[in-house]
Amino acid sequence: MTLLDFARGPALEWSLIILVAGTFLRIVGTLLLRGKKDLSKPKVKSTAGGAIRTVFNRMWPRPHFAQQISFPLMMAYIMHIGLFVVVFLYGPHIMFIKDLTGLSWGALPSSLIYFSGAAIVATMIALMIRRLTNPVLRMISTFGDYSSWLVTLLPVVTGMMAVSHLGARYETMLALHLLSVELLFIWFPFSKLVHAIFTIPSRAHLGATFERRGVKI
Amino acid sequence: MMTEEQVEKAETLGKSLISNGVSRRTFLKFCSTVASAMALPPAAAQAMAEKLSQATRQSVIWLSFQECTGCTESITRSHKPTLESLIFDFISLDYHHTLQAASGEAAEHAREEAQKAHKGKYILIVDGAIPVKDDGVYSTIAGITNLQMLKDVAKDAMAIVSVGTCAAFGGLPKASPNPTGAVAVSDIIKDKPIINIPGCPPIPVVMTGVLAHVLTFGIPELDIHGRPMAFFGESIHDRCYRRPFYDKGQFAKAFDDEGARKGWCLYEVGCKGPVTYNACATVKWNNGTSFPIQSGHGCIGCSEPDFWDKGSFYKALPQGQWGSAEGIAAAAAAGAALGIGAAALAKVHQNKGEG
Repeated sequence: MTLLDFARGPALEWSLIILVAGTFLRIVGTLLLRGKKDLSKPKVKSTAGGAIRTVFNRMWPRPHFAQQISFPLMMAYIMHIGLFVVVFLYGPHIMFIKDLTGLSWGALPSSLIYFSGAAIVATMIALMIRRLTNPVLRMISTFGDYSSWLVTLLPVVTGMMAVSHLGARYETMLALHLLSVELLFIWFPFSKLVHAIFTIPSRAHLGATFERRGVKI
Repeated sequence: MMTEEQVEKAETLGKSLISNGVSRRTFLKFCSTVASAMALPPAAAQAMAEKLSQATRQSVIWLSFQECTGCTESITRSHKPTLESLIFDFISLDYHHTLQAASGEAAEHAREEAQKAHKGKYILIVDGAIPVKDDGVYSTIAGITNLQMLKDVAKDAMAIVSVGTCAAFGGLPKASPNPTGAVAVSDIIKDKPIINIPGCPPIPVVMTGVLAHVLTFGIPELDIHGRPMAFFGESIHDRCYRRPFYDKGQFAKAFDDEGARKGWCLYEVGCKGPVTYNACATVKWNNGTSFPIQSGHGCIGCSEPDFWDKGSFYKALPQGQWGSAEGIAAAAAAGAALGIGAAALAKVHQNKGEG
């Protein structure tokens, strides 16, 4: 069995099993958690508006923080949009998703994908430099921050190296790319990367709580 | 076939070719074509011509084991003017089941004589895998197992050329469940230089080009799978004329859709070009006429080890090589059960804290 066969076969299957099991564990476990009973009298009839509003208005910085966080915010947006483009709009990735789910859609030209990949790498490096050079950020950073950064960056770098024929033969780089994606699958449910699932529901939950108490945000 | 004494007195290839009516121009053209195909520098053609014309005809013993004769068909059934016929003027093919006139004991006697006469100097060409299960009884020639014959003939060979994917990597005979225990030549012979020329079958000019290189400059530079870099140094994908469509994200979704009719990339219908190293896209087949992708079918990766066991030819590379999603469904159920358990434990803990 070659490295590519291993990456496409058992490694892929087991990493997906861990991804799915871990994600269900986190979602079901979180949904069933019992919060403390809110004894206050509701200030509104429905909290849906607050939930939806909070999901969106937290996508932009508060005016008094805008100048301070505009750089990391811009970097983070470029990185996340880039990740979306690379993961969901690259032809081979769509094939992979189709194989798993049966769903498929149109792909973007490869040149746009390469550009997005380069943007992801550049912004992630910039954010890491900021994290390392800012004393406060460095103090509050943990192993989970650094490891999640690395586990996210590796598939992008190995993927770009594979298509650019850098580092090793294509099939070796493709295998390393797949293995790095599989590492991300395994790491995802048990790390900060799971924010991809929880960000919007937790914002909505917070918004609903504030709305019930009459807090205008 | 020549005796030992005749070998010593053998005339040079140059003289032999002239006496057979092959002109100097034709000979140089052959050398230039081979040098060009192997991406050798321009001066190499002249050097090759000089070396070949001074050389005596190279003794070659060709052993066919567990195979379909496709490799022999490939090297012999090519169009005129044929490089292949020229190369047969350069070598003395002393034993080949399919091509030799002799049969039975006479044929085996010819092989033994060739081995004796050219001890340590002959090239051994092998096509076909070698069955080793149950002492190799699943394929025998003149009562001798392929395993034994390979060991006997390889012992005195100068070099071995494994022609075709079966000899190079085990090929179809080795495919799961491999009932005969088929293996490649390199799994058995460890003390001789081995050049692998895989393909199912290999491209004729690749075979002849490699032989010409061995006769003139010795063993060519090989890759990690023992294949000559000149022909197997780049992937089909890198040299494919449909590559621009891949880069633009234009793929045929089926063999009869609009994309297929427009000649778009066959990646999504299972083409293995990106992970297959061979010269099909540059040298092509049938005298440079076409190759599978040009004919509308994806590359099946036949020059790569274990190509038969890598899943469907029609499954795209990004797709996994595993059968069903049962494990994933079970994982989802197990994860949900664990989540319920974790939440229950958290409640117990919470109640204790509140109590």
